Amino acid sequence: MAYKVLNKEEIAPSVHRMVIDAPDVAKAAKAGQFIILRIDEKGERIPLTIADFDKEKGTVTVIFQEMGKTTKQLAKFSAGEFLEDVVGPLGTPSDVRKLGTVILVGGGVGVAPAYPQAKAYSKAGNKVISIIGARNKDLLILEDEMKDASSELYIATDDGSKGHHGFVTDIMKQILDSGEEVARVVIIGPPIMMKVGAGVAAPYDVEILVSLNSIMVDGTGMCGGCRVTVDGKTRFTCVDGPEFDARKVDFVQLMNRLAMYRGEETKAVEKYDEECRCGLH
Amino acid sequence: MQELNGEKTVKAKKERTPMPEQPAEERRKNFNEVALGYTKEDALAEASRCLSCKEPKCVEGCPVNVDIPGFIKLVCEEDFAGAIEKIKGTNALPAICGRVCPQETQCEALCVLGKKGQPVAIGRLERFCADYERQQGVKVPEVPEPTGKKVAVVGSGPAGLTAAADLAKLGHKVTVFESLHKAGGVLSYGIPEFRLPKEIVRQEVEYIEKLGVEFKPNYIIGRIKTLDELCDEFDAVFMGTGAGLPNFMGIPGENFNGVYSANEFLTRVNLMKAYDPEYDTRVRLGRHVVVVGGGNVAMDSARSALRLGAEEVSIVYRRGEEEMPARREEIEHAKEEGITFRLLTNPVRILGDDKFNVTAVECIKMKLGEPDKSGRRSPVPVEGSEFTIPAEVVVIAIGTSPNPMIFKGSEGLDQNKKGTVVADEETGATSKCGVFAGGDVVTGAATVISAMGAGKKAAKAIDEYLKEQ
Ligand SMILES: Cc1cc2nc3c(=O)[nH]c(=O)nc-3n(C[C@H](O)[C@H](O)[C@H](O)COP(=O)(O)OP(=O)(O)OC[C@H]3O[C@@H](n4cnc5c(N)ncnc54)[C@H](O)[C@@H]3O)c2cc1C
Ligand SMILES: Cc1cc2nc3c(=O)[nH]c(=O)nc-3n(C[C@H](O)[C@H](O)[C@H](O)COP(=O)(O)OP(=O)(O)OC[C@H]3O[C@@H](n4cnc5c(N)ncnc54)[C@H](O)[C@@H]3O)c2cc1C
Ligand code: SF4
Ligand code: FES
Repeated sequence: MAYKVLNKEEIAPSVHRMVIDAPDVAKAAKAGQFIILRIDEKGERIPLTIADFDKEKGTVTVIFQEMGKTTKQLAKFSAGEFLEDVVGPLGTPSDVRKLGTVILVGGGVGVAPAYPQAKAYSKAGNKVISIIGARNKDLLILEDEMKDASSELYIATDDGSKGHHGFVTDIMKQILDSGEEVARVVIIGPPIMMKVGAGVAAPYDVEILVSLNSIMVDGTGMCGGCRVTVDGKTRFTCVDGPEFDARKVDFVQLMNRLAMYRGEETKAVEKYDEECRCGLH
Repeated sequence: MQELNGEKTVKAKKERTPMPEQPAEERRKNFNEVALGYTKEDALAEASRCLSCKEPKCVEGCPVNVDIPGFIKLVCEEDFAGAIEKIKGTNALPAICGRVCPQETQCEALCVLGKKGQPVAIGRLERFCADYERQQGVKVPEVPEPTGKKVAVVGSGPAGLTAAADLAKLGHKVTVFESLHKAGGVLSYGIPEFRLPKEIVRQEVEYIEKLGVEFKPNYIIGRIKTLDELCDEFDAVFMGTGAGLPNFMGIPGENFNGVYSANEFLTRVNLMKAYDPEYDTRVRLGRHVVVVGGGNVAMDSARSALRLGAEEVSIVYRRGEEEMPARREEIEHAKEEGITFRLLTNPVRILGDDKFNVTAVECIKMKLGEPDKSGRRSPVPVEGSEFTIPAEVVVIAIGTSPNPMIFKGSEGLDQNKKGTVVADEETGATSKCGVFAGGDVVTGAATVISAMGAGKKAAKAIDEYLKEQ
């Protein structure tokens, strides 16, 4: 079985968008879900959020950032090449309903998973206020798409090169303070950003959801590797999540578990870069 | 010495013919198969011990009733092709069963020779026949005219594979849906290479494909399609989704880095080949590895950890060796390889450092009290006997339950409190019309052969059900 890559482009430095032919997955996909892919027989299984899907064309879109060996390898793909495996849709779909006003906060590549949610919440009749951010304006992704999918869009960059100079959570706080009645805040991004964001939103009378990115193997509840502590209980991100009530998530544990293979990963990247330079691969 | 060369020996040997094995010192450093298999001479010598009993007890002990004396007789006659054909009449996966079946508690336990001495090594002979056939190249049987009926099989473990093969041989069009990228279920992701080479599983799957069965990997029922949708599209459904959900102990520190479920540890090692530097998936190594549990899963985890380079691997089990559910042979192999057994010991807490990495396991000593529901004496903690074992990796192998994914968005399928599916023992019929189930999803974690037995019975019942349609 092989899954054809139909399109691949770099949309920001080291951030790529890839459209994959996977009709079965596309047909069943809902906002908030993800896939697991494997590049080749020797590859690892890595999870990526379904950033977009087209049920008619039978395609799913992923947006990924080069992190380690597998995502670097994936960045080298071009249209017409094949992935060994794509499995999904995985995870429990987001509970999208008409709630009133929803704030969507996306940081870095976290904007990618925020995008299908923005569309879904809008479609369900909500007022969607999106706040997207990145370190600088070059790293900002999906600005136009997010604008189209939201009622209001705010931008923040760490260096002030575009929009608000500072963090997405600053804007989120301003909106919550402004007296706007907000039913739910969804924060998606690097764990540290979700932790800080959850802390900022916690004092307000609003539902706060985060989408957790724990390390996974199967994505079907079989290995238990993706476990996180939520409300003092062990939960599996791949089947019980990836979305959880932010007030109850043990972020410190999540961040520590994400660091589990850091040593081995650095070695793998060094080896991969070395092999790439030698020109044989 | 024995007369070989096909002539029937006059006097049966008392002792069973030993199985050639990789020496423990060697094998603890590699993932190659431990048991090397009988040579032709070994097989003939062992087969000659069988008494060809008129009322063979061994057959009663076999969950799929392989004609044991029948195939052994053919081995004696050096008709190995005939022998394998005889086995395959009832057992579709002999190369697998010959390696992993707990023969000592099944066929061999009832063999009359076992009353006074050692029973016939039925499993080893089965393996010999299957390996002989594989070396010769497996013949694919003729498939009958298509019946026009379509059956969906969910899960490609031994239950699903057996049901698929039997249904295909009856002329039904079978599609197997598997959530992982490789078929085989536990045979592929759980049982290690050194006990069951993955090449054998692959060949078995290939054989079933040749029968016309279509495999759809990366296809999760409950996510891509619901069970209800399958019921609409197919004339019948067989659920062989196993019991893949890992149990944890619920003790403090269980989410520290380095604590694995046996499923994750073994999946990384077997399915994802973490032991091979050519593959990208990694597994955490440690100088000290503690494995909690006493079944085959625990033995496999411990022996894998040793092969990955751990200095000391201990099995921590709360009862005694007598009560261990693992196969004797595997316990012996583990001991020979140098695994430390810490019996009557139970973990109470996992200790870690400020980076959340495991450093040790705190355990308590146990003693055996009154027999519990399972008939085994229940372990009772000895107060004040706590002590710690250093560990960088801890593997929890204390059982599994069925994966609930398939139940999502499906109506009318009765389940027990433990999450297993309620199914008729003889037919596999469930409360949902047209849906049959068998294997670990019905029984909870059991054995390869019982899962196959269930797959067989269900295939027969499904065939009858389809004829009535
Ligand atoms: C549900 C889910 C959805 C995700 N969606 C996206 C997405 O849309 N776009 C995107 O760029 N990334 C996403 N990720 C993260 C992505 O899976 C990892 O970046 C990727 O696995 C890293 O692989 P690598 O081999 O390139 O890097 P590695 O060398 O393996 O790792 C680099 C770093 O990435 C983290 N990491 C490693 N493996 C995983 C893993 N399996 N899951 C999460 N983090 C990991 C670790 O912190 C590690 O230090 C998602 C993760 C999850 C769990
Ligand atoms: C490490 C280990 C060692 C063992 N050793 C032995 C041994 O030596 N001897 C012995 O007899 N038994 C042994 N067993 C037990 C034996 O392997 C199982 O009893 C047997 O595999 C059960 O078969 P099954 O077909 O019911 O399920 P499984 O083998 O569990 O297969 C189920 C399959 O269904 C798939 N699936 C699940 N849900 C879905 C879904 N919703 N959609 C699509 N696919 C799905 C799973 O991915 C899996 O591939 C061992 C088990 C383990 C874990
Ligand atoms: S019971 Fe033992 S001796 Fe008798 S037929 Fe079976 S294997 Fe042979
Ligand atoms: S990834 Fe294996 S249980 Fe979640």
